[in-house]
Amino acid sequence: MELAGLLNYALFMGIFIGIYALLALGLNIQWGFAGLFNAGIAGFFAVGAYTSAIVTTAAAEGRIGGFDMPLLLGWLAAMVAAGLIAWPIGKICLRFRSDYLAIATIGVAEIIRLVVKSEPELTNGARGITAIPRPFGDLDYALSQMAYLAIVAVVLLVAYLMVERQFNAPWGRMMRAIRDNELAARAMGKAIERRRLEAFIFGAALMGLGGALFAHFNRSITPEAIDPMVATFLVWIMLILGGSGNNRGAILGTAVVWIIWSMSEIATDQLPSEYAVKAKYIRLFLIGLMLQLVLRFRPDGLLPEPLRGAARSDQDAR
Amino acid sequence: MDMLELLNFYIIPGLVLGSIYALGAIGITLIYAILRYSHLAHGDLATLGAFIALALVQAGAPLLVALPATMALTALIAIGIDKGFYAHLRDRPKIITVMSSLGIALMIRAVVQVVWGVDAETYSRGIVRPEVYWGLRIKDRELWTLAFLIAAVVVLQLFLARSKWGKAMRAMSDNPNLALLSGIDNRKVIMLTWIIAGGLCAASGVFLGLNTELKSMMGWGMLLPMFAAAVLGGVGRVEGAVLGGLIVGLAEELSVLVLPGEYKAAMAFAILLFMLLVRPTGLLRGKVL
Repeated sequence: MELAGLLNYALFMGIFIGIYALLALGLNIQWGFAGLFNAGIAGFFAVGAYTSAIVTTAAAEGRIGGFDMPLLLGWLAAMVAAGLIAWPIGKICLRFRSDYLAIATIGVAEIIRLVVKSEPELTNGARGITAIPRPFGDLDYALSQMAYLAIVAVVLLVAYLMVERQFNAPWGRMMRAIRDNELAARAMGKAIERRRLEAFIFGAALMGLGGALFAHFNRSITPEAIDPMVATFLVWIMLILGGSGNNRGAILGTAVVWIIWSMSEIATDQLPSEYAVKAKYIRLFLIGLMLQLVLRFRPDGLLPEPLRGAARSDQDAR
Repeated sequence: MDMLELLNFYIIPGLVLGSIYALGAIGITLIYAILRYSHLAHGDLATLGAFIALALVQAGAPLLVALPATMALTALIAIGIDKGFYAHLRDRPKIITVMSSLGIALMIRAVVQVVWGVDAETYSRGIVRPEVYWGLRIKDRELWTLAFLIAAVVVLQLFLARSKWGKAMRAMSDNPNLALLSGIDNRKVIMLTWIIAGGLCAASGVFLGLNTELKSMMGWGMLLPMFAAAVLGGVGRVEGAVLGGLIVGLAEELSVLVLPGEYKAAMAFAILLFMLLVRPTGLLRGKVL
């Protein structure tokens, strides 16, 4: 591969790492801060992608749309829509242990998949929504990729700084207190369900934003664009490997897992086609196995959650 | 629409589908009660069972032989998964095991897809005509499904109520610490739980494959209805899981009367949320995690 191709590939990979890092950050708010198990990441992603697509595209035959709104409004709408889906689910499930949330979010992702497939006036069915505007999309290919990477990087940086600030703020401390000892937190008068709901909605909103960035990058969104189980699972392994509860860990884990994932795809694409199809499933098996190994041997991830004060000296003493 | 039509096209298929869900939901509810986590790989374990039976059938075994053999094999696999992946997470927060089981679901499905491919398969070719009894159209395999559920539930209830190990399982479910103190070997109880859950799970996969077709995603689609059934009946209650399974199956088939057919799968989700909202203990007063 010559240099230009390699550069293009790196840009492409960088954009995807940025988008997945947003999902991992969102999951970090839910799981890392609040201990909420969201198994429907792909659902919130899809809601974000379709919402932004509907809001920003020009009118088209056979489906609602034609709002032709500016990009930023589309992204904002994506976050709001994902948060609005999360709200009732959280309201019902967060009173119980996280098991119920896991099942309910699997259900949400399935329902969203059904809606996307069977409501053509909303999503244009199997053909999907096309001609989604892309910022700097009329530039040269490489330049446009670079511009988009810069946009993704800026969005990611802003999200990271905001989440990191929340992590160190009293809100973040309270979330971790609720996660680690619900009873004690309740005894101290914390409104547990409300706080959990906040974390769940914030996380979902970030996932919606990730979906919007994906749709605008691809210029189109179709039901097949994203395999729900694979996407959800990839984000989970990214966060767990990187270190749940640590925002830098989430971003590092995203980069590591995405590089392994797409490198292995390049490797298996070299195989003859009858093996290449099977190799896809072998890769899925290995990514599942990787989660098992991380959970067993390095449950804190590459960058463990930073501990402060008493917790740290307690750990040093051990 | 007359009564007979309603019975033939909605109630009977609903009960058959419900029996299949019930077989899986019993396992989920037992795992909830004794191990205290939700096992997200249960649907894909059912897929694996269905395809193991397919291999046996293709090797020439009649389904009547293949079914018990598959149940035994899947039970062994379930024990193996527990020993290999879940056992060492037992002292960590339970939600870690839930996450691990999501990974196991992906791994089992990947194995099925590598070994058997992604095309739909059936146990036997050709169209089966339903028999008519007093106007009711029932296929043989539908009768088998219902009969198997009834037999399985009767045997399981007798086992739980009368036998020493059944009592041990109920004791573990009611109060694990007290059970351990009174000398119950929790490793054996856990193994027994996986044998029952794995065997019934395989049976639900086989019967789903028998009544529809075998696909690598068939079990994943059953996961939500099975959980809805377990929650609807009351977590930890075997008879609740059966009741819940039948209701969810009926609700899915009857939903076609009022909703577009695409949203059949949404019924289980609606039931799950509704129960969590109004009565999280379920119809028969189960546990709440």
